[in-house]
Amino acid sequence: MGLLRRTLASPPMHRLTSPRTPDEYLEYLHPMWTLEAVRARVIDVTPETGSASTVRLRPNKAWSGFMPGQHVEFGVEVDGTRRVRVFSVSSSAAGNDKTFTVSVKAHPDGFVSQHLHQQLLKPGSVVYLSKAKGDFVLPSALPERITLISGGSGITPVMSMLRTLTDDGHQGTINFIHYARSRADEMFSSELDELATKPGVTMTRIYTREPALDAPLRGRFALAHLELIGIDPRTSPTWVCGPAGLIATVRDTFAELGASDNLTAEYFKVPSVDLDAADATGTLSFEASSIEAENSGATILEQAEAAGLKPAFGCRMGVCNTCAVKKLNGAVRHVISGEICANTDETIKPCVQIPVGNVSVEL
Amino acid sequence: MSLFNRKKPAPIEPLSASNHNLAPEPLVALDDPDRKSTIGLEYMTYEQLDEFGAELDAVRQRVLDDLGQEDADYIRRVIRLHRAFDVLGRVLVFCVFWWPAVALGVAFLGLSKILENMEIGHNVMHGQYDWMNDPLVEGARYEWDNVAPAEDWKHGHNYIHHTYTNVIGMDRDIGYNMFRIDEDQPWYPSHRFNLPLAFLLMLLFEWGVMYHGVELDEYLGGRMSKEEFTARRKRAMRKVARQVLKDYVLFPVIALVAIAPFTTWWAPVIVLGANVIANIIRNIWTFLIIFCGHFPAGAETFREEDAQNESRGQWYLRQLLGSANISGSKPFHVLSGNLSHQIEHHLFPDIPARRYREVSEDVKLLVEKYGLRYNTGRLSKQLASVAKKLALLGKKPDDPYLIGNSPESKALRRAKREARAEANELISA
Repeated sequence: MGLLRRTLASPPMHRLTSPRTPDEYLEYLHPMWTLEAVRARVIDVTPETGSASTVRLRPNKAWSGFMPGQHVEFGVEVDGTRRVRVFSVSSSAAGNDKTFTVSVKAHPDGFVSQHLHQQLLKPGSVVYLSKAKGDFVLPSALPERITLISGGSGITPVMSMLRTLTDDGHQGTINFIHYARSRADEMFSSELDELATKPGVTMTRIYTREPALDAPLRGRFALAHLELIGIDPRTSPTWVCGPAGLIATVRDTFAELGASDNLTAEYFKVPSVDLDAADATGTLSFEASSIEAENSGATILEQAEAAGLKPAFGCRMGVCNTCAVKKLNGAVRHVISGEICANTDETIKPCVQIPVGNVSVEL
Repeated sequence: MSLFNRKKPAPIEPLSASNHNLAPEPLVALDDPDRKSTIGLEYMTYEQLDEFGAELDAVRQRVLDDLGQEDADYIRRVIRLHRAFDVLGRVLVFCVFWWPAVALGVAFLGLSKILENMEIGHNVMHGQYDWMNDPLVEGARYEWDNVAPAEDWKHGHNYIHHTYTNVIGMDRDIGYNMFRIDEDQPWYPSHRFNLPLAFLLMLLFEWGVMYHGVELDEYLGGRMSKEEFTARRKRAMRKVARQVLKDYVLFPVIALVAIAPFTTWWAPVIVLGANVIANIIRNIWTFLIIFCGHFPAGAETFREEDAQNESRGQWYLRQLLGSANISGSKPFHVLSGNLSHQIEHHLFPDIPARRYREVSEDVKLLVEKYGLRYNTGRLSKQLASVAKKLALLGKKPDDPYLIGNSPESKALRRAKREARAEANELISA
């Protein structure tokens, strides 16, 4: 960090700008000059498949890099509201590149992913990020054999791993296994073709719905696939990312062989929101206190209290904002207006909101 | 009340926390939960009150559905203006060699603090911009440039004042426990000093807000636990320390180190003085706006018994009848944090304040429809009205029931206490 940045971020500077932070002044000089808030400019958005795109970003100095496999919170402002989703970094961590990419599959109900995919996010616009987070990473001492398994859009974090390993000239063996519905549905197809020719890389791509005529492996993941490729789960550390079904099968397979310690998994969770769900269905999760409760149909505040929590509250009629809290995902219905809000990461007043289906809040 | 009298705190039942899973407890009639509130019956029937409530709900929803980029851009423009005034003001007061620059700096600093406290701080802390999902304008997170800590201010203001608006004995903002501003408030000897005290509070307003938020009177009255009171006191001290350090220590010290050697030894004194004056400018302005919000003649107050079990329509009506607007130009509205639209603010405390002007058209239509009173006037008119009330109500009334420490009032309070205790017993039994 430069001397200027260090000075601006120092505690005495915070005292001078109190109760604001230096960032809150700097961002009005230039949106990218923040010290702590990670922001990035969009360089370009490239379509990968019919429903997926890659966004190349140039982060500001508050970004402290990423390890392949990690994800970032990705916030775009649309109509004055910041919408936040979590996306995996897909680019290589090798080299001195000042940019990185996230690759995103457009989810039919996903506001942010649709926004990206429909090319509504213009080059030059600013996006609001977090620092890179997540434990789905390779160890610093790389094992001799590495197996990377992915399904669908779960390819993004392992793609970052593969790109980094090949760019760094990794000497060991990399087994890359990817499941997609068809080649048209597969992200990074031409680059995967190219990477398959690199020394040490064994590339296996299985198209579950439209398999190639000469494909040796077909269908969904099974132990037979590993055996045919020649992978022994007990000797090859494995990283798997994809839909819950794939991860469950891989996990069971490894458990049966007693190789669970060799497996690291990451779910690709797309919160499903059922707006028509009857009020009293689903589960209400209080994330901060790790408590889950069956949705009773009462307001979130009442349900939190019933679960033994003591959230702050005031008027209990939606006026005073004392109880305002982040709703992480799921849909809620306003008790007075009946309006439904289904955004991720938005602030709600739990005293006048009833969960609709599965909801998780930061309480 | 607590400043000068009430030597002995009255024993009052602490509010029960165990069954707080109800509507706001004090507004429920304990003796008869089915009794209907009588608010607004002189204007309309219960059916009309419900209709009135639904009509206002619809107005609120219409604005909420319409919020978007323009509102976000607006608040960011105001914030940008605040940052500009703040930085320019800080720099200009350092130009101690040329007094017009210092004077301009003081004005800018005062302006920046007014903008920050009113249009930004107050409104953001109401949650008016929570829909933007931007952590920098999130009500729960925001801390303002004022010695009163946000957390306790929000409790006293957003919750107590905005829920129990103008209910005597519940809304602690009626006269701020210092003044007699309503005929139904009991008179105490200290109220003889209504006007001079108000003038003093005007100069020290932020300190008054901080003291009000500590709620010493609630603690002495036995309605607040010691832990809660200690926590409030500590929060207040921490916030005071931060504010004093910034305005009255750090900036003068910078002047001493960076400016004094090249100009004059009293440069730090000038910077200190400039900061003091800037804070006083803000104090005077906020005091004037806020005292004109509920205290001008015509703003109604309510008895607790009448407000109990009120419907949403009645709650809206109480807000409307208890507030007063100030007319003025557009810059005036911005500097007042749009609290010049106090009526609209009280009806819809959580919609962005820049919308109050358009909403006031709907409110005025409803006022006409139901034959209600819409209290508005120029700042000078509303201020004169407040000053007149302070002066008149400071005089000792003839009715012994209006004198706080008369035997008659004491007997009345005792009877009320006993009735409440009895009702509580009935409920728990």
